Amino acid sequence: MAAVTRGLGATAALSSANSKKFQFTTRRSLSGRKGSFFAVESNGNPRSSLNRHNNRTRQLVTNAVATKPDSAAASTVSKPGHELLLFEALREGLEEEMDRDPHVCVMGEDVGHYGGSYKVTKGFADKYGDLRVLDTPIAENSFTGMAIGAAMTGLRPVVEGMNMGFLLLAFNQISNNCGMLHYTSGGQFKIPVVIRGPGGVGRQLGAEHSQRLESYFQSIPGIQMVACSTPYNAKGLMKAAIRSDNPVILFEHVLLYNLKERIPDEEYVLNLEEAEMVRPGEHVTILTYSRMRYHVMQAAKTLVNKGYDPEVIDIRSLKPFDLYTIGNSVKKTHRVIIVEECMRTGGIGASLTASINENFHDYLDAPIVCLSSQDVPTPYAASLEEWTVVQPAQIVAAVEQLCQ
Amino acid sequence: MACSATAQIIQPLSINSARSVDNSDACAKILNPSSFLVSTPRINKKLFSVNKSISPFARRSATVFAVSSDVVKEKKLKSNSSLSNLLITKEEGLELYEDMYLGRAFEDMCAQMYYRGKMFGFVHLYNGQEAVSTGFIKLLKKEDCVVSTYRDHVHSLSKGVPAREVMGELFGKTTGCCRGQGGSMHMFSKEHNVLGGFAFIGEGIPVATGAAFTSKYKREVLKEDCDEVTLAFFGDGTCNNGQFFECLNMAALWKLPIVFVVENNLWAIGMSHLRATSDPQIWKKGPAFGMPGVHVDGMDVLKVREVAKEAIGRARRGEGPTLVECETYRFRGHSLADPDELRDPAEKAHYATRDPITALKKYMAENKLAAEAELKVIEKKIDELVEDAVEFADKSPVPARSQLLENVFADPRGFGIGPDGKYRCEDPKFTQGTAHV
Repeated sequence: MAAVTRGLGATAALSSANSKKFQFTTRRSLSGRKGSFFAVESNGNPRSSLNRHNNRTRQLVTNAVATKPDSAAASTVSKPGHELLLFEALREGLEEEMDRDPHVCVMGEDVGHYGGSYKVTKGFADKYGDLRVLDTPIAENSFTGMAIGAAMTGLRPVVEGMNMGFLLLAFNQISNNCGMLHYTSGGQFKIPVVIRGPGGVGRQLGAEHSQRLESYFQSIPGIQMVACSTPYNAKGLMKAAIRSDNPVILFEHVLLYNLKERIPDEEYVLNLEEAEMVRPGEHVTILTYSRMRYHVMQAAKTLVNKGYDPEVIDIRSLKPFDLYTIGNSVKKTHRVIIVEECMRTGGIGASLTASINENFHDYLDAPIVCLSSQDVPTPYAASLEEWTVVQPAQIVAAVEQLCQ
Repeated sequence: MACSATAQIIQPLSINSARSVDNSDACAKILNPSSFLVSTPRINKKLFSVNKSISPFARRSATVFAVSSDVVKEKKLKSNSSLSNLLITKEEGLELYEDMYLGRAFEDMCAQMYYRGKMFGFVHLYNGQEAVSTGFIKLLKKEDCVVSTYRDHVHSLSKGVPAREVMGELFGKTTGCCRGQGGSMHMFSKEHNVLGGFAFIGEGIPVATGAAFTSKYKREVLKEDCDEVTLAFFGDGTCNNGQFFECLNMAALWKLPIVFVVENNLWAIGMSHLRATSDPQIWKKGPAFGMPGVHVDGMDVLKVREVAKEAIGRARRGEGPTLVECETYRFRGHSLADPDELRDPAEKAHYATRDPITALKKYMAENKLAAEAELKVIEKKIDELVEDAVEFADKSPVPARSQLLENVFADPRGFGIGPDGKYRCEDPKFTQGTAHV
């Protein structure tokens, strides 16, 4: 069964005049229709038709905050879908795409016999063979370049960086070749690679294994960057990234691999360029991505108890930004807080701040607040490490101050 | 192992004599190429031989021999000059001559056009190295891939990219092979499988390795009938770069159908190969990774062709990669901006006497393969072709502003969703090239 990629209109043709139907009123209802496929819209804006479908989508998302599974709310309804952990969701997405298209292959260190350092490719070497799940020597620059050459000649490689930080060694190939060859060749060669791996601050992994590379890569023209945060969007984004003809960098987070969630049995593919509405609200827009989403949701609980109504958006697409979802939110709440794990200087938050100021300045009642990690190499000591990243208490304080 | 210390032609700077008393392997004087290096005194019938290992996990043992041009020379000497013993037929000879002459004429025209202000930036000319390009690329099929560096005009021409398209690209016009977006250092052709054109040295080698990987993948995973080979061309300077070594390792490890062709012209801009490299004998680096390393006289197209036949044949048969070091020389500076003051005029004069085009001409005359008149016809044809290319490029339109944002993404949805909810690429200003993305 084929999945429908959520794009503008359902086709790749961009001449559709119906682009305004971004609010997606034409979704099919899911009720009782097992075995069908559906396109997923992540915008669960309550202003549009509050149908049961919308509610389901929203529930699916907010329950990913904690690891406790879907409880009372869905118990009366039949529970389609299956529960799994985030790394299993990535694996499922990757496996489905490898089954679907024999040109999809995986390259990286220890992806084959070892099953991946975070088990995302466990079992693949037995199933697909050593060439399709290629255990590479430790030569990031060269095997990333090799993936690019393979992509130019017809394959669709998924490159795994054992830790995103190692991709700094591949920066030459990612910047010069990945991003640029489609352009410098005048459109003759496309580079449908996916570069993925775990990054972010973990538990006392030390400075070099706790890097956030999204800020370094964001200026490279010609690539897209997405960050997954839940099993649901991990699988959907993995599939979308593999199907995209653009080079996509998929940022995963070391601490999120064991998140559990119930995801649909049906095949689904998410949209690479869209943001995800996590919690609609009225008072303030909180933009976040990856692990910080959970700190934000934790802070949201406290804030709700204190009487605030934050709107939380997981931007998901780090490059390009989904200015529509973000803009709509800004126009509604007039206050923005960005919570990210990236460094303060030149990070995603910095770009996002500039972008929002440029596009939605008139709608802001207050300057944008950007909470980022300190410009500090991540220390080993747990107490210090805790203070380099944004904690829920800081988010609560920032919202309170902003909403005075 | 012979390493004669005779006429010191190629010494821009004096090498301290301590080096020459080192063990002969470290001999740094590259002089008469035929006295170069033979690692074993006996030369086997086959140019290369590698023990095949049984299981991919067994320790690879490769008995490799480096072959000097002596082998080919011997072959030639044995012949009594009858046509059947020659290395090439008349048709092949004419083809090789035409290709080399095209390379030379084109590059000379590039220089003219540059100084007349028709092309700008960094332009790196290939004069003098034609034997390598012609010797290798004329043995390829259309589906085989070529990866080059910034000195890529002639590789593209040899592979079949029309001179008009290359000149158009150099002039920055839309009719260029890359729509004017790549320029001198980024020649690409999907039709002729030229995978670039790279500005940073060493960058293309992993891409070539990837193309070779695809070939192997098609054969073994997709079960297609595929024996495509990839050639990676790069210089002596690149052989000190990590990507070179990393790719030698991977190519040998997985027996990829690739030939690594080193165009050792002794100079990396102003850095002499001898000053930059601990062991200047690049061919030796092949066996270190488990593949044959061959040294060949890169100023002689027939010798290059013989070595290329074997190397490409090896790759096609699935026997793995080969490292071929072609000793060659560029007659001009590194680029048109290089005053070329550092190289010894005596060195340049020496190599000028070994001009590959003159050498082939002489060979064909001596062996009665072609008359002077026939070659003149070819030369005239090529001169007209190059003139036509210039005229074509001159008359071609410059890219319109609307071309600015095309081709950044294969899927232009990558520019994202704008504040109005529409994809940026749907914005009419996008197609005009004036959209803010």
